[in-house]
Amino acid sequence: MVEFAGYDMPVQYDSVIAESKAVREGAGMFDVSHMARLIFKGERVLEFLEHITTNDVSKLVDGQGQYSILPNFEGGAVDDIIVYRLEATKFAMVVNASNHAKDVAWMKAQNTFGVEITDETELTSMIAVQGPRAVDLLAEHSDAFDQFNSAVAFGIVEAAIEGIPVFAARSGYTGEDGYELIVNNEHAVALWDTLVDLGVKPCGLGARDVLRVEAGLPLYGHELGDDMSPIAAGLGWVVSKTKAFIGLEHYNAARANGTATKLQGVRLSSKRLIAPGMKVFVDGEEVGEVSSGVFSPLLDCGIAFVFIDSAIALGTPCEIEVRGKMEPGTVVSKRFYKRA
Amino acid sequence: MANVPADLKYTKSHEWVRVDGNLATIGITDHAQSELGDIVFVDLPAVGAEISQGNSFGTVESVKTAADVYAPISGKVVAANAGLGSASELMNSDPYGDGYMVTIEMSDASQLDGLLDAAAYSALL
Repeated sequence: MVEFAGYDMPVQYDSVIAESKAVREGAGMFDVSHMARLIFKGERVLEFLEHITTNDVSKLVDGQGQYSILPNFEGGAVDDIIVYRLEATKFAMVVNASNHAKDVAWMKAQNTFGVEITDETELTSMIAVQGPRAVDLLAEHSDAFDQFNSAVAFGIVEAAIEGIPVFAARSGYTGEDGYELIVNNEHAVALWDTLVDLGVKPCGLGARDVLRVEAGLPLYGHELGDDMSPIAAGLGWVVSKTKAFIGLEHYNAARANGTATKLQGVRLSSKRLIAPGMKVFVDGEEVGEVSSGVFSPLLDCGIAFVFIDSAIALGTPCEIEVRGKMEPGTVVSKRFYKRA
Repeated sequence: MANVPADLKYTKSHEWVRVDGNLATIGITDHAQSELGDIVFVDLPAVGAEISQGNSFGTVESVKTAADVYAPISGKVVAANAGLGSASELMNSDPYGDGYMVTIEMSDASQLDGLLDAAAYSALL
């Protein structure tokens, strides 16, 4: 167990490799109750969310969500988040545990729109069920077979799993299909036990990190931060080109002029464990550093996210200095894994 | 519960030693491999290298962390487990057997007296 954002979190239940494989091949689950869940209500809630997030909230219909960023005034990110439209005047948001208090304070400070913000984190728990078997399995054991199968990405299904009411969103952090289930605390343990009985493998933070790096997904504090441009991290696809929002001019400038460094992947030739802060070299010259690194069971080698000179092309041979030794690798797309 | 064979000597830093005449085989304990998680890379000294008690002689990298391995006793490396290069998971599955790290020729067998026996090591876990 390790301490994470004030929660005791398991790094692994069984083994990081076994857990990662379960999610790639069948179904695994993560207790992500530490992530914060907020509700926004008010006549001007849409206007407020358009102002404080980068993605087009107006594109959402009831029961849909989207990945987005809370921008700051300097072109950095307060957090990366998911916004869900429940009704025209009621939205939900899931934010990182590590930024929970910061986000709430930030949003309250920007709230000149009379929006009511309530924090439901302590009332509910959250379990992410992920893997090629996840959707079928939840559908088969729910009272909403068709809805579970037909929901769009980030779509919401409100249903019961073996009689337990859940608010399910078709999203996750592994590159696999699946749902994130929000459940009232009184039913959380029963839901977890039910899923264990259905053969869903409990997975810890170790596997979560491996799976998200393989899938090319950023982690706040590593690939995103208050003084880092999400454009450099490759998140331009969640930044609207048609609406106004906090810090817009910085995002436009980053898009127009490019950024000095850019987030790329590196695939090592060996099985070394790469850690944040390690230096990256091309032709003997330092070109950037590692933001995240894991051993990939899928690729059977070390893989990393690196912020390197934007001029460096994919396919360029490089080296990472791993505990005093130069390990050869190749600059590749940060999406190491893309499901079929 | 971690497996702690009765016939080995141990260190507080979770290495084990198996003595055979003037030779000593060294590895990391079952408890250590369990704490590290899946081991993916092992850096071993070359045959002929001298290792010295209390100093790091190798590195083990797991999916979770990188850890130095310290020499329980001093001596000259006569065998390094080449099998770990392609199958480092042997340190997880068979830490006291095929997952050993090195065999050394001891330079001072009296150093063994300062190591822990199985009961004393178990008491630390």
